[in-house]
Amino acid sequence: MKAAASSQGLSMPNIRPGRIVAWTLLFIGGVIMVTPLLFMLSTSLKDASQVYDLRVIPEAPTLDNYIEILGDGRFTRWLLNSTLVAVIVTLSNVFFDSLVGYTLAKFRFRGRYIVFIAILSTLMIPTEMLVLPWYLMASQFGWIDSYWGIMFPGMMTAFGTFLMKQFFEGVPDDFLEAARIDGLNEFTIWWKIAMPLITPALSALAIFTFLGNWTAFFWPLIVTTSAELYTLPVGLSSFAVEQSIQWEKIMTGASIATLPTLIIFLFLQRYIVRGVMLAGLKG
Amino acid sequence: MTAVAQREAASGGLWSRMSLGQKQVIWAWGFLAVPLVFYVVIRFWPTFQAFYLSVTDWTITKPAAFVGLENYKRLAADPLFWQVFRNTFLYLILGTPISLLISFVVAYYLDRVRFMHSLIRALYFLPFLTTAAAMAWVWRWFYQPVPIGVINDILASFGIPQQPFLRSTSQALPAVLAPAVWAGLGFQIIIFLAGLRAIPVTYYEAARIDGLSEGAILRKITLPLLKPTLVFLVVFSSIGFLRIFDQVYNINTNDPGGPLNSTKPLVLMIYQTAFSSYEMGYAAAQTVVLFLILLVISLVQLRLMRDR
Repeated sequence: MKAAASSQGLSMPNIRPGRIVAWTLLFIGGVIMVTPLLFMLSTSLKDASQVYDLRVIPEAPTLDNYIEILGDGRFTRWLLNSTLVAVIVTLSNVFFDSLVGYTLAKFRFRGRYIVFIAILSTLMIPTEMLVLPWYLMASQFGWIDSYWGIMFPGMMTAFGTFLMKQFFEGVPDDFLEAARIDGLNEFTIWWKIAMPLITPALSALAIFTFLGNWTAFFWPLIVTTSAELYTLPVGLSSFAVEQSIQWEKIMTGASIATLPTLIIFLFLQRYIVRGVMLAGLKG
Repeated sequence: MTAVAQREAASGGLWSRMSLGQKQVIWAWGFLAVPLVFYVVIRFWPTFQAFYLSVTDWTITKPAAFVGLENYKRLAADPLFWQVFRNTFLYLILGTPISLLISFVVAYYLDRVRFMHSLIRALYFLPFLTTAAAMAWVWRWFYQPVPIGVINDILASFGIPQQPFLRSTSQALPAVLAPAVWAGLGFQIIIFLAGLRAIPVTYYEAARIDGLSEGAILRKITLPLLKPTLVFLVVFSSIGFLRIFDQVYNINTNDPGGPLNSTKPLVLMIYQTAFSSYEMGYAAAQTVVLFLILLVISLVQLRLMRDR
């Protein structure tokens, strides 16, 4: 991250009026950006009688909506489903994408280039095109309405593999050779020596995969039919339809779907921003 | 993986007689074995199947029969398809420039801000972490008439007439697009910031010594050097807008894509053809069209990157 320091050369110690205006406008823009989230949260803390009161700080904040919605059991189930699916798919991607990326970056063997091009070429195929064959496959094998049905299309991704390959190429061969001379087997060399060297890239991959699966809507909507197997976004959508105009309930549901990622961000802001930058620059 | 190695090691001298290079080849294919099966079964085979289905009349109830280009002919003659095609491109040609312009301006100034830099960055970035399906409901609420909808309430307090938003065929599409642009800005700003920081400071110093104005530095140094970032973001966000679905589906669940199909994008048409009408073959032809559109965009990107 040599880049972090570079733009500091731009900022002069003297504070000019233009700077203050720019800062103020940026700040106001930022507040506008989070306004929808503030309204969502504040409405989730209001009871039905206060919904039309647009003050951001509720007059009499209450957790009743949360107690009611979480007590009903469906949301806790959907939270569990989403967490399970997102975590397993993320672990699978971190494991397999980096294993394949490492193999393509560090092994010399015939067919390596073809395998790389073949995997990369799948990036050109939009998910929407594969959804119908996946649906057919899932019906034939009885994967409709199962966790595996939700997860199987995303267990590995070409994007993740490509990203990992890029980073493993930066790992010096000497490290791996030294481990080989010490008699470590190739799996141990990858897992114990190479993997720890690209931790920032792994966390970037993990963040993207988790976020993508946590917010995924299209495929879970198709592959799940019973409410027990819904993920949070699909469950929320069906819940909101059924609530029709009880906006405080809908906002509570939306908050439950949104808060986990926002809270994770507050703790891991530095890693997440760095991860997005890494993935964007190499991707 | 290690089990395989141990078995091979145990099976006597064969493994130990191999050269390091030969062992490496075996390890490599061992590592690739499971992923290759995955890519063949979950990516390549379905790709071919999608092309095949697009030339059949497959529905859920009856087996697929080959019908040639019938689905494509039907699509070309379907007024709904052209309406959807137009909508999809409207999402693209409104969404991409608007979101890139806003995110570049924010990133350009944010790059120079030191005071509370990471707080302001976080404010812009937070919407990126939200679930589109959930946010569609928040925005749907905003767009309601008074006294429910926040936006109309604010307009009313300034004496501006009520706006129909999602109920109007002309306002609904921009109203659906707004949350998509909003949620994507944070990502684009972060990528622009990374691109801006990758430009060596010496270039700016040299330009200042030469007496270039800020505007000239922006035009002659910053923007040209930012071209790879820009191309990446144009393609990335174009693909995102062409595949828009979650927001559209959730913001009007009574009539997804309405009113009068004025907000319906291609992916929603695919979803409805496949899972409401169960015309899988016809839907497959629509997915092939989506593929072709995305392919053209990717090829244009490759072309632009090469010109660099």
